[in-house]
Amino acid sequence: MKIVVCIKQVPARDSLLRVDPSTAWIQEDDLAHEINEPDAYALEEGLQLKEKHGGEVVVLCAGPAAAAQTIREALAKGADRAIHVEEEKLGGFDPLALSRLMAAALQTEKPDLVLTGLQSDDLGYGQTGVILAEVLGLPHATIIMQVEKQDSGIRVKRELEDGWFQHVDMPLPALLTIQSGINKLRYATLMGIKKAKSKEVKRLTAAELGIAQRACIRIERMYPPEKSKHTQMLDGSPKEAAAKLVEKLKFEVRVI
Amino acid sequence: MSILAILEQRAGVWHRMSWETLAAAQQLGAELGQPVSAAVIGSDVSALGGELAAKRLERVYAVEHELLKDYTPDGYTAALGQLIAAAKPRLVLFPHTYQVRDFAPKLATSRERVMVSDVVSHRVEGGELVLVRQLFQGKMNVDVHFQGDPPYFASVQAGAYRADKVAAGSAAMEKFAPELSASAIRTKPQELFRESQRAVDLTAAEIIVSVGRGIKEAENIPVVQKLADVLGAELAASRPICDNGWLPMERQVGSSGQTVSPKLYLAVGISGAIQHLVGMKGAKTIVAINKDPEAPIFEVADYGIVGDLFQVVPALVEEIQKAKG
Repeated sequence: MKIVVCIKQVPARDSLLRVDPSTAWIQEDDLAHEINEPDAYALEEGLQLKEKHGGEVVVLCAGPAAAAQTIREALAKGADRAIHVEEEKLGGFDPLALSRLMAAALQTEKPDLVLTGLQSDDLGYGQTGVILAEVLGLPHATIIMQVEKQDSGIRVKRELEDGWFQHVDMPLPALLTIQSGINKLRYATLMGIKKAKSKEVKRLTAAELGIAQRACIRIERMYPPEKSKHTQMLDGSPKEAAAKLVEKLKFEVRVI
Repeated sequence: MSILAILEQRAGVWHRMSWETLAAAQQLGAELGQPVSAAVIGSDVSALGGELAAKRLERVYAVEHELLKDYTPDGYTAALGQLIAAAKPRLVLFPHTYQVRDFAPKLATSRERVMVSDVVSHRVEGGELVLVRQLFQGKMNVDVHFQGDPPYFASVQAGAYRADKVAAGSAAMEKFAPELSASAIRTKPQELFRESQRAVDLTAAEIIVSVGRGIKEAENIPVVQKLADVLGAELAASRPICDNGWLPMERQVGSSGQTVSPKLYLAVGISGAIQHLVGMKGAKTIVAINKDPEAPIFEVADYGIVGDLFQVVPALVEEIQKAKG
């Protein structure tokens, strides 16, 4: 099975975010970055499917030059090779234009299965996988918790709301968006890290792929959300704060 | 040109967010001076359509076809694409459900548009619609504008609009029969199922102590278990904790877990991603303990302590024991 896994590099989870007023975006230069968490699960699923059924795992990443780090880590975990669509300013591409960019980069690949995370931890549109499927003309299923190869095609387990699930049978090639928690993430081994250095990373640009910037939605302003509730902050040492909270729990919330 | 709310049902039962979406559509319609219609889709939705016909709407579309009995992204996209081509709405509004996430981006793509997903609020500025959505797991908000020609697509977040604001009235109902072929539906959905009977019913708990990523590793779970024990609380968790297997899935609170509204919800080391907040923001009192003063959990908390949970929680256990004597 030839599997393409789409991964994205996002600001590290614990980053302290500051708005850059000149760009309607965050100040990103001084932030640490990491792989988008749902994409890490998509990569792991791709690697496990390859181990079970043979084939190849190709990582596709659209992002700035600095995303090379995240690509290396994916190769170190076991991906066979990578395609890096290198663009410093992806903000000018809406999810549809970005999907066209990714589809163009996959033109010669003809994968059996394309995997993405179900959403990104930064923009959080939760749409790129589904849009990419439509652009590629593939059937898709989202929020997947299990992938099983069958004689003709695959059977997947979709997560629905309120604890419900559903199996869906579908032909290959197909695209799946993977839910966090579908599997246990592996760590890269020392051997893997060493091997990753010699693995192929194909670099392409939007200009080479002939895809122009396009945005039918526009972000005008970014700002920290206003509080919907008045929060009483209880300060002091841990012991003092704890004592203040117990007061509240006893006399106002009345649970003690 | 109008607003079209596309509502969700399964086996003749409304998704609860359908009414929130209808309320949002009516509100937007009033502010933008646009007529509002609604659509319901399935194999036999005349009863549900009848229910909609008693709301303040211009028109109700009952989109019916045998092939729409079970949801498939191909079937829904084809049917709704035809409805949109016929009804020519300016704005198409959805509830941001798992099902909408599965097909609406495909539908928008087929019209060369991008949906603004998971909208939390809106305003109208100089006749132009501005939608507000969250980025970075709720740490930032952005104002989003549509560019280019309609139709525009947007989905609204659970709880962002109030279902009880839906205005009654009367509307003409129209049956819409899309042309569909079985061969164009590529996926074969099976029956819905639940993993197992839930052993833990968090919805019945008066007090819940809930733990998130801040706990760092499985070995630290006893730190919060102790707090739950002294409070007589149920222990719950945000999704990553259950994903890692540190607590069983049945203890998960959030959009993919249980929705709870206890008397007290104590969130320990939980940043407050929207998927978690929708499962617990109905709690009567919310206490948040987190090292990051900017964590979104503090936006819904009544009481907050900024600090290291490994210092605060043991201190809290001690103080509670003291108070209980």
